[in-house]
Amino acid sequence: MSIQTQLLLIPLLPLVGSLLAGLLGRQLGRAGAHWVTILAVAGAFGLSALTAWQVFIEGLGPLNYSVYTWALVDGFTFEVGFLIDSLSALMMVVVTFVSLMVHIYTIGYMHDDPGYQRFFAYINLFTFAMLMLVMANNFLQLFFGWEAVGVVSYLLIGFWFKKDSAVKANLKAFLVNRGGDFGLVLGVAAVAYYMGSLDYWEVFANVDAVSGQTVTLVGDWQWSVMTVICICLFIGAMGKSAQAPLHVWLPDSMEGPTPISALIHAATMVTAGIFMVARLSPLFEQSATALSFILIVGAFTALFLGLIGIVQNDIKRVVAYSTLSQLGYMTVALGVSAYSAAIFHLMTHAFFKALLFLGAGSVIIALHHKQDMRQMGGLARYMPITTATAWLGSLALIGFPFFSGFYSKDMIIEAVKASDRWGSGFATFAVMAGVVVTALYTFRMLYLTFHGPTRMDDATRAHAHESPWVVTVPLILLAIPSVGIGYLTVEPILFGGALADAITVAPAHDVMAKVSEKFHGAFAFGLHGFVTSVFALAMLGVGVATYVYLGNPKVAQAAKDRLYWLWTILDQKYGFDAFYQKIIAGGSLGLAGGLSRIFDAGLIDHGVVNGSARLVSRCARLARQVQTGFVFHYAFAMIIGLVALLASFLWLQ
Amino acid sequence: MLDWPLLSLLIWLPIVAACVVALVGSAQPGLVRPLALVGALVVLGLSVVLYLGFDTGTSAYQFQEKAPWISAFNVYYHLGVDGFALPLIMLTALIGVLVIIGGWGIKDRVHLYMAAFLVLEGLMVGVFAAMDALLFYVFFEAMLVPMFLIIGIWGGPNRIYATIKFFLFTFFGSVFMLIALIWMYLQSGSFEITDLHSLPIDLHAQILIFLAFLIAFAVKIPMWPVHTWLPDAHVEAPTGGSVVLAAVMLKIGGYGLVRFSLPITPDAAAALDWLVIGLSLVAITYIGFVALAQSDMKKLIAYSSISHMGFVTLGLFLAFAIARNSGELKGAGLGMSGAMVQMISHGFISAAMFSAVGVLYDRAHSREIKSYGGVANTMPWFAVFAVLFFMANSGLPGTSGFVGEFMVIIAAFHANFWFAFVAATTLLLGAAYSLWLVKRVFYGEVGNQKVAGLKDLTGREWVVLTTLAAFILAVGVWPFPLIEMMEASVQDLMMHIVESKLK
Amino acid sequence: MLTLAHFLTLGALLFAISVAGIFLNRRNVLILLMCIELMLLAVNMNFVAFSRFMDVMDGQVFVFFILTVAAAEAAIGLAILVVLFRNRRSIAVGELSDLKG
Repeated sequence: MSIQTQLLLIPLLPLVGSLLAGLLGRQLGRAGAHWVTILAVAGAFGLSALTAWQVFIEGLGPLNYSVYTWALVDGFTFEVGFLIDSLSALMMVVVTFVSLMVHIYTIGYMHDDPGYQRFFAYINLFTFAMLMLVMANNFLQLFFGWEAVGVVSYLLIGFWFKKDSAVKANLKAFLVNRGGDFGLVLGVAAVAYYMGSLDYWEVFANVDAVSGQTVTLVGDWQWSVMTVICICLFIGAMGKSAQAPLHVWLPDSMEGPTPISALIHAATMVTAGIFMVARLSPLFEQSATALSFILIVGAFTALFLGLIGIVQNDIKRVVAYSTLSQLGYMTVALGVSAYSAAIFHLMTHAFFKALLFLGAGSVIIALHHKQDMRQMGGLARYMPITTATAWLGSLALIGFPFFSGFYSKDMIIEAVKASDRWGSGFATFAVMAGVVVTALYTFRMLYLTFHGPTRMDDATRAHAHESPWVVTVPLILLAIPSVGIGYLTVEPILFGGALADAITVAPAHDVMAKVSEKFHGAFAFGLHGFVTSVFALAMLGVGVATYVYLGNPKVAQAAKDRLYWLWTILDQKYGFDAFYQKIIAGGSLGLAGGLSRIFDAGLIDHGVVNGSARLVSRCARLARQVQTGFVFHYAFAMIIGLVALLASFLWLQ
Repeated sequence: MLDWPLLSLLIWLPIVAACVVALVGSAQPGLVRPLALVGALVVLGLSVVLYLGFDTGTSAYQFQEKAPWISAFNVYYHLGVDGFALPLIMLTALIGVLVIIGGWGIKDRVHLYMAAFLVLEGLMVGVFAAMDALLFYVFFEAMLVPMFLIIGIWGGPNRIYATIKFFLFTFFGSVFMLIALIWMYLQSGSFEITDLHSLPIDLHAQILIFLAFLIAFAVKIPMWPVHTWLPDAHVEAPTGGSVVLAAVMLKIGGYGLVRFSLPITPDAAAALDWLVIGLSLVAITYIGFVALAQSDMKKLIAYSSISHMGFVTLGLFLAFAIARNSGELKGAGLGMSGAMVQMISHGFISAAMFSAVGVLYDRAHSREIKSYGGVANTMPWFAVFAVLFFMANSGLPGTSGFVGEFMVIIAAFHANFWFAFVAATTLLLGAAYSLWLVKRVFYGEVGNQKVAGLKDLTGREWVVLTTLAAFILAVGVWPFPLIEMMEASVQDLMMHIVESKLK
Repeated sequence: MLTLAHFLTLGALLFAISVAGIFLNRRNVLILLMCIELMLLAVNMNFVAFSRFMDVMDGQVFVFFILTVAAAEAAIGLAILVVLFRNRRSIAVGELSDLKG
């Protein structure tokens, strides 16, 4: 099998699987549908792993080729093609692995759902779209994958389309994402205009020619072209990777089934924005302004949206806000030019966050689709495997030394500290404070769910039991990389230059080089991790959570009463949702109604169009008075006319 | 085989078929539908033959036929196609088949219904194939008659108002075109479109001619603010009427701009491009908002059509702004091709959406959004198609709706950042009104008893919707052949319009 | 000696009488028809007079034409009148205003 066939099969297998399961779902039956799709994604995973092996171990150079020409217009060549280098190989493995786990898990989670085949078709389709996105070698295909994952996300959030909250959430998700895509499409158009191409490598080759140019947008203010391009593109990333203020869709997306929360809204799709910025690092390196913007947005998201997680009671929403916060960490890393650290965190996060979501899903199955943590507690006795894996995932999330999250998060913190970019002071504070917050909400969730006295009602307790093997096996398989992948890969990815062929960092911005001076191997770094201030902050969060939620639950209530204003702010999510709902959505609808009724139907149609018709008919009504219907009047008029005509002849002569 | 007068066949065969159908109809009602279908299928087959024989490498008119028609005025029956006309003719032939399949269930005077659509099809092909301005004008006007009857006879309760509004609007516009044509005939002594292309005209006259053409074609497209006939016509028209109206008739306006306004009066177009671009941007945003407020599905789609046709006019007129901005024409062809692709794509998508509304209307006899809800529960396959079509309408990559818009947005950026900015709002507005409709009609619990009793698609509906879906996806995944068909003509037109025609 | 002026004056008078008849008559369509006949006779008078005094025969030829046409017209007019009466039981001109706009 040639390498081209191998690469082509990777996205095509899930596409075919999706079409089979979706169109022939009834003929295939439930088992048939899940076998087809799982085999497809397993094949894609196998081939991706093979590709990664070839790229990382055998040193297969970056491959950049076109699969077919999409269109040839006016000197522009639009192509569909693949760029296979370390970055895409890494992403392909992460995507297909998590997807495979989620596919298997779904057999258990969606066991009784009437839309079983449809669900498998969707997640297979998602895998296809996501692979197209990460394998793209040009902006057009990136945009295709970008929108396609958005659509599948839309379909999956609204999977239970009878639920009103679900179909509200999916509309919201799609529209907010479209808000981001608005920026992305302008960015792509700008790239096409200034670089004259949409192919990544051709664009990168033209960066130097463009980097000095400026453009006037409003008034006389001169913008650097690169800044405009990068900020536009990043607005797209803000939508997809749920950065403030375009984050509001992600918590609501939890209305979808849990497997897709793990796959799409934690591990893969939401990291597309991070991936894109890393992929386009040669562009972003040209604009310190844009990077500072990214840094501030990321820092804000990392800290302030994490805080909301503390007051959530829905177990999935806690994890969702945690995802927002972790995406903020990745964005911060991008903002300080530590692209490899961002990708590294993306990878570790994909594993441990998928694990946490699937763990939450396992709890939800056991409790018959109850998600409120106030009605859980003490589940550790009933669900040992879920509890153990959730602990491992949580430790990774809070950055406990030697766990995968420790390496990736600590590297980001080190990189931010080492950076002198404008805004890095605020970012340092945000990521450090974020550590406490992360530890606090993570352990709050662990304690409220698995430990302490049980608050389940008797009927639920009677049914609470460990989930079947199709659920627990993916948990275990995800727990392994959640624990160990960081230790194993931190050195090659961050300091060994494994991503060097894909990521460009200007020497002046290279914070990872500074960080590497302090790094003396993964083991030493892990040991050192126990004596850092970051570890102390994490332990502070864990300690507070242990005291409040395990030791003395009354404190939580007291704190809520005492700090009610703060609680309200967090519970209202800083008013973002209300703002979008009332001002943006309400305002648009009001404007639409006004324009439609007053302007279009009123002024144009009733006023001008029918008005002119009315004017004609009014004139006609006047004119018809002349037509009396009496013959002698007409005869009289004829005579008068004749006389007038003759008189005018005489007059003229 | 290619010696046949293919274009004449494409025009007159459906008209002959219409006569046969109308005559047979009263005696043998059972034969009407198959006969009409055979007629339309033969036309579709001929259009494929046309495509196979078409040379994409040249911008020259092909398959020309020329015969004297009114010698006294130097008028010829002159036909020919280039890269602009060919895709539109093929679209017409395809839609012609689909409306006949879609109208299978008509009970009232079905032979006349089928005949009207066949006549309409032939006349529309005539509009696209005419190379003589007077011949174009005759087809352009004659086309109104069958559509007038279709809306007026098989339409909804308020059909008389709508059909007269439709007729008067279009007629009002085309009178100005006739005046402009006669003036140019007096200057050049010819009605040949290609002669008019090379006729030198001073700027003052060019501007008057340009405005005359603009009025004629702006009504047809329709551009803001002469658009209000369209929602009314769509709402009252039967499903087939809406499909043809949206899919093909609106394109005649865009085609007219390509064939007449741009090449005949390039200097006026350059001087007044701000007007067209401004109106296009207004159409894209303002009409997008108006669409959001509609409670009638057909009205919503009608407004969405106006908004999407804004991309056509925008793309066509970007060349001058690009030349002014960057001093070269790079990107202008992108806008023009984008406009053409948008026309074809909108032909598929609007036909698909109106057919989808027709499917619902046939069952529940309501176009109001609020009389539905949860349709996906009872008509799951239909919901799949509908979601695909409305997604395509909101410009999803991988569907045809994306291709044209994307190209026009890139071209708009070549002209001015803010053009692209305003045009890109369609990403949000298009998604908002399309998907909000999907949410209200298809999602949720079953809304009422009527919805609970709905049956999923019938075989004929499957054929229509699958065909349209296939084309929507095919153009989205691989627009190459479509764009290749037009590229030579686009390049030729672009070179032509930047040369001044002033005396 | 009768001059052309006398004939023309007679013609004009006849014509004026018929016009006055059309204007003033509100009751009877029959009178209207008669006035129209009279109007044609006034024209005929002019034709004959000019023919005689200018010594060309064309005028008299036209008179024959007009007489035949007038006869046909009278026949049709009377037929219409009969139908009108049958339908409306009245031939009063003042009541015939169906063409009112």
